[in-house]
Amino acid sequence: MTPTTTDIIRAEGVTKRFGKFTALNNVSASFPRGQLTAVIGPNGAGKSTFFNVISGAFPPTAGRVIFDGHDITGTPQYAFARLGIAKSFQITNVFPELTALENVRIAIQAMHRRFDIWTPRSRLTEMREQAADLLDLVGLRQHRTRHAENLAHGEQRALEIAMALACDPRLLLLDEPTAGMSPEETLVMMDLITRLADERTVILVEHKMKLVMGISNHLIVLHHGELLAEGTPDDIRDNDEVRRVYLGQGSH
Amino acid sequence: MNKPMDNVAEVQISGRRLAGLVRLIAEHRVAAVIIFLMVFPFLAPYKALAIDVLIYGLFALGFNMVFGYLGVLSFGHAAFFGAGAYATGIAMVHFGVPWMPAIFVGVLMSGLTAAIMGAMAIRTRGIYFAMVTLALAQCVYYIIYHMEEYSGGEDGLTGVSVRTVDFGIATVDMMQDPMGKYYIMLAFTAVAIFLFSRILNSPFGAVLEAIRENENRARACGYNVLLTKWVTFVLSGLFCGLAGALSAIHLSVVPIEYLHYHQSGLAVMMALLGGMGTFFGPFIGAMAFLMLEDAITLMTTHWQLFLGAIFMIFVLFFPRGIWGSFLHWISR
Ligand SMILES: Nc1ncnc2c1ncn2[C@@H]1O[C@H](COP(=O)(O)OP(=O)(O)O)[C@@H](O)[C@H]1O
Ligand SMILES: [Mg+2]
Repeated sequence: MTPTTTDIIRAEGVTKRFGKFTALNNVSASFPRGQLTAVIGPNGAGKSTFFNVISGAFPPTAGRVIFDGHDITGTPQYAFARLGIAKSFQITNVFPELTALENVRIAIQAMHRRFDIWTPRSRLTEMREQAADLLDLVGLRQHRTRHAENLAHGEQRALEIAMALACDPRLLLLDEPTAGMSPEETLVMMDLITRLADERTVILVEHKMKLVMGISNHLIVLHHGELLAEGTPDDIRDNDEVRRVYLGQGSH
Repeated sequence: MNKPMDNVAEVQISGRRLAGLVRLIAEHRVAAVIIFLMVFPFLAPYKALAIDVLIYGLFALGFNMVFGYLGVLSFGHAAFFGAGAYATGIAMVHFGVPWMPAIFVGVLMSGLTAAIMGAMAIRTRGIYFAMVTLALAQCVYYIIYHMEEYSGGEDGLTGVSVRTVDFGIATVDMMQDPMGKYYIMLAFTAVAIFLFSRILNSPFGAVLEAIRENENRARACGYNVLLTKWVTFVLSGLFCGLAGALSAIHLSVVPIEYLHYHQSGLAVMMALLGGMGTFFGPFIGAMAFLMLEDAITLMTTHWQLFLGAIFMIFVLFFPRGIWGSFLHWISR
């Protein structure tokens, strides 16, 4: 019940059905506090569905999600940021016609002033400074005043991470943050993720196994909606079943 | 969806004088609208137009909070205009409430109506929201229609008269002095415009933009989107209720047509014509609409056809509306 337990978040028997189709079948997994855990598996394995359940986008059909000893199954999405859980989506998800700075400032504002109809926005200098600092952190310093829709793909992904960091999350969830990125952009992003993981628990969903082997402390492998394996990078590398799944698919 | 382009930062400085002027106006948008409305009776082709522009501009302004800024189409705003008008009128006629407190009763009742309608409709999205608000507004119509004793039913409510308004130093005869009446109504409208601008410029106003831009992301950031939409709906209802209350006092009667869906359509058309999501759009839209309506009615009996055609042209070719297109043009 206390934050001293070793797992920050835990899925217990999570099942998710879309109509008759079972996308997740009775998945139980724990995520150690302060570490970087990667959720891997081939396309269609159910990674995003699992990500959505633990990040509160929708509740599971059956099973529970326990965060810091509290059952958070069915907690509305908007409450997650205040619990200290933040995420970036698999598909880029920003406020396209707002500036990069305003995107992050809005995310910060969600922690303090959700129904303030009176204070002029010009007085929110502290929030703007915090937002600028977060943009610096993700390497978007010089893009503050640009509209999000005009940023390059990799920059938009970085912006999303800055927005996720706005609530100073204890748990950061990232769904394929390097999807669609060039090799150079991918390197920059992976570097950012490792830096972030020094200070908080990170769960990284990724289908490219090679990419996460070197940086994660712990791995969870999903296949056809089921938990296939769980363990350290070495355990996973030596696991025959994991090899078969990945080789069978023809990618690493 | 169009973004609110009258926001100072959004208007790019093109180096031209016009752009500079528009920027200045946008920076002082409340003063600009109020000053314009102060001189408008002298510019208006005929005086009766002025008060209508005031009332319908305010109605469209309130509507625009939901339509233009939150990005949600309601087709039930007649209920708020009507509730404001009827509650003000009924308070005065049946309960002997003086006109000023009666206006507050009207505004509160429309806020209450919006709170109830909003609670029932807010979970629906897109065209369904438009349909549900339309249906709920029709319910309000029938309830008021059948409260004949109080509302006058089909004939509407009569006898909402304010004869004189005494300021101590001066007395305005509301029956004989249309200019005096106009400026009294402008005083209320000016306060509303100030509050409206303040809300748009607040952190809450930023949340509206965020929801319009990307509802899902707003939710992930930690905003309770449903509650925010509901609050916006109620705030919007308050402004439309004030417009209705002023209208009741202006005409001395409340016609049942105020609750008709045609009235909701007026708000949609005026906001679109002027420029949805722009600060000046609603007043410009109200002015353009009312003048067009009058002009075309004089020329042909098929005026609704022509008005409809003009409206279609705007929707298809100038979706930014008059003010929105102008802002877009100068900021190229
Ligand atoms: N909203 C949905 N409705 C129906 N089927 C879905 C939905 N979301 C995902 N699925 C299905 O669930 C399976 C797992 O999808 P997903 O979790 O996105 O996989 P991954 O992220 O591992 O590639 C896929 O077969 C997908 O088609
Ligand atoms: Mg996925």
